[in-house]
Amino acid sequence: MDNLLSIVTFLPALAALILALFLRGGDKAADRNAKWLSLIATSATFVISLFILAQFDRTNTGFQMVESADWLLGLQYKLGVDGISVLFVMLTTFIMPLVIAASWHIDTRVKEYMIAFLLLETLMLGVFMALDLVLFYLFFEAGLIPMFLIIGIWGGANRIYASFKFFLYTFLGSVLMLVAMVAMATNAGTTDIPTLMLHDFSSETISVLGLPVVGGLQTMMFLAFFASFAVKMPMWPVHTWLPDAHVQAPTAGSVVLASILLKMGGYGFLRFSLPMFPVGADVLTPLVLWMSAIAIVYTSLVALVQEDMKKLIAYSSVAHMGYVTMGIFAGNQQGIDGAIFQMLSHGFISGALFLCVGVIYDRMHTRDIDAYGGLVNRMPAYALIFMFFTMANVGLPGTSGFVGEFLTLMGIFQANTWVAAFATSGVILSAAYALWLYRRVVMGDLIKESLRSITDMTRREKAIFAPLVVMTIWMGVYPAPILDRIGPSVAALVSEYDTALAAAHSATQVAGNAAPAAAEH
Amino acid sequence: MIQADLNVILPEILLAVFAMLALVGAAYTDKDKLGPMLVWATSGLLIALAIWIGASGDGSTRVAFNGLFVDDGFSRFAKVVILLSAAAVLMMGQDYMARRGLLRFEYPLLVALSAVGMMMMVSAGDLMSLYMGLELQSLALYVVASLRRDSVKSTEAGLKYFVLGSLSSGLLLYGASLTYGYAGTTLFSGIIQTVSAGELSVGLLFGLVFLISGLAFKVSAVPFHMWTPDVYEGAPTPVTAFFATAPKVAAMALFARLLHDAFGGAAAEWGQVVALISVLSMFLGAFAAIGQRNIKRLMAYSSIAHMGFALMGLAAGSELGVQAMLIYMTIYVTMNIGTFAFILSMERDGAPVTDITALNMYSKKEPGRALAMLVLLFSLAGVPPLVGFFGKLYVLRAAYDAGLAWLAVAGVVASVIGSFYYLRIVYLMYFGDDADEGLDAGGSPVLWGFLMASAFVMVAGVVNLFGIEGAAAAAAATLVR
Repeated sequence: MDNLLSIVTFLPALAALILALFLRGGDKAADRNAKWLSLIATSATFVISLFILAQFDRTNTGFQMVESADWLLGLQYKLGVDGISVLFVMLTTFIMPLVIAASWHIDTRVKEYMIAFLLLETLMLGVFMALDLVLFYLFFEAGLIPMFLIIGIWGGANRIYASFKFFLYTFLGSVLMLVAMVAMATNAGTTDIPTLMLHDFSSETISVLGLPVVGGLQTMMFLAFFASFAVKMPMWPVHTWLPDAHVQAPTAGSVVLASILLKMGGYGFLRFSLPMFPVGADVLTPLVLWMSAIAIVYTSLVALVQEDMKKLIAYSSVAHMGYVTMGIFAGNQQGIDGAIFQMLSHGFISGALFLCVGVIYDRMHTRDIDAYGGLVNRMPAYALIFMFFTMANVGLPGTSGFVGEFLTLMGIFQANTWVAAFATSGVILSAAYALWLYRRVVMGDLIKESLRSITDMTRREKAIFAPLVVMTIWMGVYPAPILDRIGPSVAALVSEYDTALAAAHSATQVAGNAAPAAAEH
Repeated sequence: MIQADLNVILPEILLAVFAMLALVGAAYTDKDKLGPMLVWATSGLLIALAIWIGASGDGSTRVAFNGLFVDDGFSRFAKVVILLSAAAVLMMGQDYMARRGLLRFEYPLLVALSAVGMMMMVSAGDLMSLYMGLELQSLALYVVASLRRDSVKSTEAGLKYFVLGSLSSGLLLYGASLTYGYAGTTLFSGIIQTVSAGELSVGLLFGLVFLISGLAFKVSAVPFHMWTPDVYEGAPTPVTAFFATAPKVAAMALFARLLHDAFGGAAAEWGQVVALISVLSMFLGAFAAIGQRNIKRLMAYSSIAHMGFALMGLAAGSELGVQAMLIYMTIYVTMNIGTFAFILSMERDGAPVTDITALNMYSKKEPGRALAMLVLLFSLAGVPPLVGFFGKLYVLRAAYDAGLAWLAVAGVVASVIGSFYYLRIVYLMYFGDDADEGLDAGGSPVLWGFLMASAFVMVAGVVNLFGIEGAAAAAAATLVR
């Protein structure tokens, strides 16, 4: 199977094409067929992607299962995975069947809905596998189209504002990255990502609009990529699209957004920013670290006062992504390992939390925290599952959330102790908002008249949560299989990053010594 | 000698003779009853000529009439695009014009004559032939713009186009005379010798600026764009579709030829001017369309923005830039044909509708058409993986290569602003509330075919752009030496 990656990537798109071309009619039977076909396609994708995991050689730090073909403009269609990306691929294929299963109650425009999600899966997988700059950009940006439609068509009351904000915000961030990509292609003469990772972009100080830019071209490019990934991540202060998008998106859309789409930003930092512009990254690391620390504390505080459940979880996502950026820019093994681990774990936990909100939203059609209370009396199973994921979100030892937070904090402690101290206070705040939410929604007496007849989770809903619970516990108790796969690639990344920085520093020192000498003559 | 010369311009002669014979023939026989037949005959001839010109391209450059007329790879590429888009627009509009009693027999023939003018323009090797081609094209366009004599808006469009067009022709002529005065020749090959010999004299510089102004009018670039929205709105929709496609390609190709063939040595001078009008066009097109509710005016501003992008390729002043411009224009034309096929099918109770709010929840009624339009709109906005994105990618690369990083950044920012109004149409078609009165369902199968084909090209082109990359590169190589 030489083209395993392509098969996995395009299988969902193929299913979408079949739906679009061959499924006729809008009756119940057609809707049911669309749902089943999508579920089968995404499940099959997951099963086939297991072969990727099986074939993956964890000792090899380079790209594996690479396939490439010529494309236009001297570009290449090139796919491959390494230790950093392979688990994101698995996360995507794992989450998607659950997303489809969680959309079983959708009854408007089912066919289009399923097509949008299937296409989105193809594009997301492409992002994590692409090994060509423009191919990456293509997948990265194209994901906006189905997501725009998902929020806009199946979203809540204020969906139009949210969909436009989502699209324009992320589009503006990304086009600057496109210019930087063009610049990289011109400078290095190739768009091949593995080659570019080894290419030394100039880091000599240049002047832009009369201002000297330390780190030169690397800093400029870093900023352009940063504009895109920081919005996607999202980092404070460009996170404001996320709460809107989450609140208005349908449950499945929120799950995809939180579990997978947000991870593209972090993945981008690891794939591009650190290896390709080490000097630029180094120059701006303090800024990024403090932005992350502020994000953790600030958005946790904001989460405390939210009245909408989805909004609260959205802000909590921003806070958790703060740990990720912090870990990545700590620039050491623990930090980056932790960042990747945190992203994976957040993929399961936040996805599950949004599904939890979805369960009661489907019954009561409101997300207001005030509208609930005492659910434990009528929904014991729900209370248990919601409890579990709340704890995981807080980072209770024994769940995956703990491992990620602990590793990133350990990494950052070595790099910048003050940031670590500041950010750690976010751990307490996250416990505060998460537990308070849980208390208000689930605990207490059931006094609201409207909740008297609410029913507990159905078997389908329980089945959706089961794999998420298993993964969260497994990753929390025994993280080694994950870290073993991430580790070698991260170690290679860190050593190259350090080497590049050392080389750049010695070069500036030589230049610094040479300059006074030249001045004397 | 004369026979060899005539051989070079055989396609033009054939088309011109056909148009004139048909004109005389129709005038003396059945008049407007021949309209539909002439539309199909003209389209057929245009397509046949396009195939002939495309197939006869052996990469050689042939010059006729002592350099007045140049037949090279560049002109052949442009001619194929022009002829095919003109034929497509003719076929698309046939049904629309016929049902409104607008299908006079002159319409297809005027389009054919203007196509002759355009072929002349892209092959011009001399300021004289440049002007001849331009005027032949423009005069035919003035008439078709005011084809609906009973409509105030249509006549206004024709008149406005004529007056402003004459003004720009005047500017162009003034530039041409200055250039002639200071270079001593009207031949491009002579001008370029003077230009590259040394410092560009003030007279030549002025001549160049006036020439650029005249041509900027034809491509409707800022600050010479004022006529575009009014003419687009006033002219019958098939004519608008024609304005938006073939003449734009011809003018842009002529622009490239003039700048490279005649002023190739002064790229530093005209590069700045073109870069400025490029960035102004992109931003004006992006901002001004936001307030538009009329889809034809909206497309006018959209075309202004797209011309800004194409000019970005020219501003680079390199072979890569010309290639990017050609690819951009080809993609632009393909997108516009599809979009106008959609606009032509927008009808309520048989009457044309141009208000975009009429599209409310269109996707419920016509999911297929709505999806095709969605693809085209995202392509116009330049969102990957649709082909419109690759057009932008090519011009961005050309601009960056030429050291115009600021222009590239400005361009992408403008494209984000511009994407807003394309998204709004998507929003109307898909997210709106249930409409009380929408558009008629159905529509002619020809329009459906063009819409679907265009949307399909936007998606499938991602594989290899249907090979136009290589063709455009070869074409650009013959122009930029």
